[in-house]
Amino acid sequence: MSVDTDVKTLVIDEQEVSARSGQTILEVARENDINIPTLCHLEGLSDIGACRLCLVEIKGSNKLLPACVATVQEGMEVSTDTERLRKHRRTVLELLFAERNHVCSVCVSNGRCELQSMAQEQGITHIRFPYRHAAYSVDASHERFTADHNRCILCLRCVRACAEVEGAHVWDVMGRGIDCLLITDLHEEWGRSTCTRCGKCVQVCPTGALFDKSKIGSDHPKYPDFLPFLNLMREAQ
Amino acid sequence: MTIEELEQIALSVRQENAKYDYELNVCMDLACASQGAEKLKDALVKAAEAGAKRVLVRRTGCMGPCSHGPLVRIDPDETLYSRVQAEDAYRIVASLGGALAAGLECDLHEHFDSQVRVVLENAGYIDPEKIDDYIARDGYKALLTVLTEMTPNGVTHRITESGLRGRGGGGYPTGLKWGTVAKAAGNQKYVVCNGDEGDPGAFMDRSVMEGDPHRVIEGMAIAAYAVGANKGFIYVRAEYPVAVSRLTTAIREARRRGLLGNNICNTVFNFDVEIRLGAGAFVCGEETALIASIEGKRGTPRTRPPYPAASGLWGKPTLINNVETFANIAPIVRNGGKWFHDMGSERSKGTKVFALTGKIANTGLVEVPMGIKLREIIEKIGGGVPEGHTFKAVQTGGPSGGCIPAEMLDVGVSYDALLKMGSIMGSGGMIVMDDTSCMVNVARFFVEFCMTESCGKCIPCRAGTAQMHTLLTKISNGTGTLEDLELLEDLCSTVKEASLCGLGQTAPNPVLSTLKYFRHEYIEHIIEKRCRAGVCAMEISAEVTA
Amino acid sequence: MSKTKLATVWLDGCSGCHMSFLDMDERLLELAELVDVVYSPLVDTKEFPESVDIALVEGAVASEADEAKIRKVRAHTRTLVAMGDCSITGNVPAMRNPIGVEAILERAYIENASAQQQIPTIGVPKLLPQVRPIQDFVKVDVYLPGCPPSADTFHTALTSLITGEPMDISALTRFGA
Repeated sequence: MSVDTDVKTLVIDEQEVSARSGQTILEVARENDINIPTLCHLEGLSDIGACRLCLVEIKGSNKLLPACVATVQEGMEVSTDTERLRKHRRTVLELLFAERNHVCSVCVSNGRCELQSMAQEQGITHIRFPYRHAAYSVDASHERFTADHNRCILCLRCVRACAEVEGAHVWDVMGRGIDCLLITDLHEEWGRSTCTRCGKCVQVCPTGALFDKSKIGSDHPKYPDFLPFLNLMREAQ
Repeated sequence: MTIEELEQIALSVRQENAKYDYELNVCMDLACASQGAEKLKDALVKAAEAGAKRVLVRRTGCMGPCSHGPLVRIDPDETLYSRVQAEDAYRIVASLGGALAAGLECDLHEHFDSQVRVVLENAGYIDPEKIDDYIARDGYKALLTVLTEMTPNGVTHRITESGLRGRGGGGYPTGLKWGTVAKAAGNQKYVVCNGDEGDPGAFMDRSVMEGDPHRVIEGMAIAAYAVGANKGFIYVRAEYPVAVSRLTTAIREARRRGLLGNNICNTVFNFDVEIRLGAGAFVCGEETALIASIEGKRGTPRTRPPYPAASGLWGKPTLINNVETFANIAPIVRNGGKWFHDMGSERSKGTKVFALTGKIANTGLVEVPMGIKLREIIEKIGGGVPEGHTFKAVQTGGPSGGCIPAEMLDVGVSYDALLKMGSIMGSGGMIVMDDTSCMVNVARFFVEFCMTESCGKCIPCRAGTAQMHTLLTKISNGTGTLEDLELLEDLCSTVKEASLCGLGQTAPNPVLSTLKYFRHEYIEHIIEKRCRAGVCAMEISAEVTA
Repeated sequence: MSKTKLATVWLDGCSGCHMSFLDMDERLLELAELVDVVYSPLVDTKEFPESVDIALVEGAVASEADEAKIRKVRAHTRTLVAMGDCSITGNVPAMRNPIGVEAILERAYIENASAQQQIPTIGVPKLLPQVRPIQDFVKVDVYLPGCPPSADTFHTALTSLITGEPMDISALTRFGA
């Protein structure tokens, strides 16, 4: 009997699982209903390992690995929910809330925001860090959409959706560090940019940073699930 | 170009030099140049022409003790003159062969005697824009030997045998890295030299690139032969215009001599080098960000693995080493791995160049064997803290490093020892601080540096360093609380463990090391509203809160 | 068993949290069996009592009067509960922070006023330069986020606090809802 070397077996949270070689820890965990929190990851887009929420512990290594990009290895033992990881996840989320002006109560995505529900999921009831209260602009120049930088968490889903799926690469980042800002084209107003008005960026935005002007109040569900299907259909062609 | 031709060039340079009675070597590195070395050199040339003796005036790279500049060394006597001005030119030329020119001589024997010069062996002896000067001091001999007598594996083996570890800060075994790239699949491979030196207070790589550029190119070419690359990039920050111009000249000269290009030394080995300029982002010193930058993308790091050795520039296997690492290659090849291995400490071999700055008598560039005690570097080579002040700490490793207190000075310098003390070797910046430095303020300074240099990609580094800075500002101006200190330590652990790249992972080091050794200063700021160094301005006094 | 002494405090907020508290409707009667409301905008007491068991604080700290009040409340309270997003995050009142006090007052009392264009100074407390959550000033024992926290949240949380039962606040409420 031949052994198929393309299959790896590993342990995630004391559960034995099997995976194809090259799969990420995150993929395999989700296939087995093991929840690893993510914000910058979105199925259908490339992974950048930037939000650090999906960090997991590997037995025998002190280094934490981002599950969205780390691939499975034969025999590895992964822990996804230790006290150390929970502490880092809470701190990362707190840092996001203190970074910009996420006023949930008056947000178009209140109740449908991934940041908001992630905070609840991770048991955050208050932020220990001083709020920065920096001034951010709102770009309402586009006829259909608005960009509210107060609510942006720089997950870069919009950048990737625009570049990788729509192929327009209108969105990108300027500045660095705490001064990073999403821009359209070379910092043109969104409404005057080369935007194709496809709206993919709005659908993939996890918060109320990018929203559809035709939706009011908190009635703004987003449907990022179209991405994997779109990719599948394109591959089929 | 063959070895015989190379030796012919060396011989003719030596014969030419022998025509002169004296050589006046003028250090024209940045520190000396900024104090009038350019004018001085012109004056010396004039004076030499007017004088009776045959005198060669040569500009050179950094001689080392920058605080004594402008420096002139007279050979063959090896007399060193410090703080020389253009007015002294005639006096110096007149004094040749007689008594020393009064008031210019300086005794830096203690400074030089404990140093061992490998990387800096040519610094102060050659004109960096003359390839023949380099060849006359055994330059490119190692490359031609390698191409004609050694296999690529043999070269890698020699480097492995030497025990050389990456001089950029990480200390990864160089031979191992070369071996990995050599074994990586693919026809197209690259060699990249990381010259994006950005640590505050560090100028080792700049001095090497400016003072002895061919040494870097030769090291790269040998590496390319060993790993099977045919293309190299030197990534230099644009803030180093002199280094860029020297390297450009050096590459042109090397091409002209057939030491770069196709069929080097009549072999099948092809290798050429291009320069890429960094646009002032510290994070581009991180290898994956550097790769992105060379590719013309936004300079942000990505997660590893895959390491550049497997997938680097344009997805091809790429060898990335620091300037100083490449500068060590030619001497190792020439003198053998064992020669290098015999220098240094147990697990850190060879020598290390340090940029000694801060509150110390002899600031400048020094090269010492690994394992030397910090005390010897600071007190003997550095001449100690100037009169009237006491030593407080030495900061190594730049913004990623830590502060080492007086009681640890007898520890030998090595990658592991520094790591154990909460600091790192880093690229080799060494900032000495005395009692006029406030350690809270020092930590705040370095955190501010990391905050502004964070690329902003991952949250712990982008927002975490900003919050660290806010908390440190509160503590330093007297408005901080013990809870703030606790929060700061908690935050440091997340930034250290959860950040994506080395910049974020090491950004808390200055805070953690000062907290480890100088916690009392933090407590004084918080409880007594007092800064013992008198650096921090307090927003509230102790009486108000009492 | 003596009744729990309950206080509710209103700083810079919209009073929505108090309204939501009243939304407990008939459950307020059950609650009244267990607590004495010793201080609240809903009752007549003018001075904060010497000793309070539980104080629910609505609103952020926006003025010098707010700051003095929250310090006083803390000094006389066993369990201080931050009630709602304003007290915990600054929420809507803190949206003035990036703009600045002068600009806000100018806009409200001069630019947008059709008559009597003047910034009030007499009889009103001085605004702090920044609106900040109460934990920036005093230690908070329990955080009850929400804008406002629902009546159910209040009922569960208060019952737990009075009886000393453990509770999982994140299962009840979150920022913004």
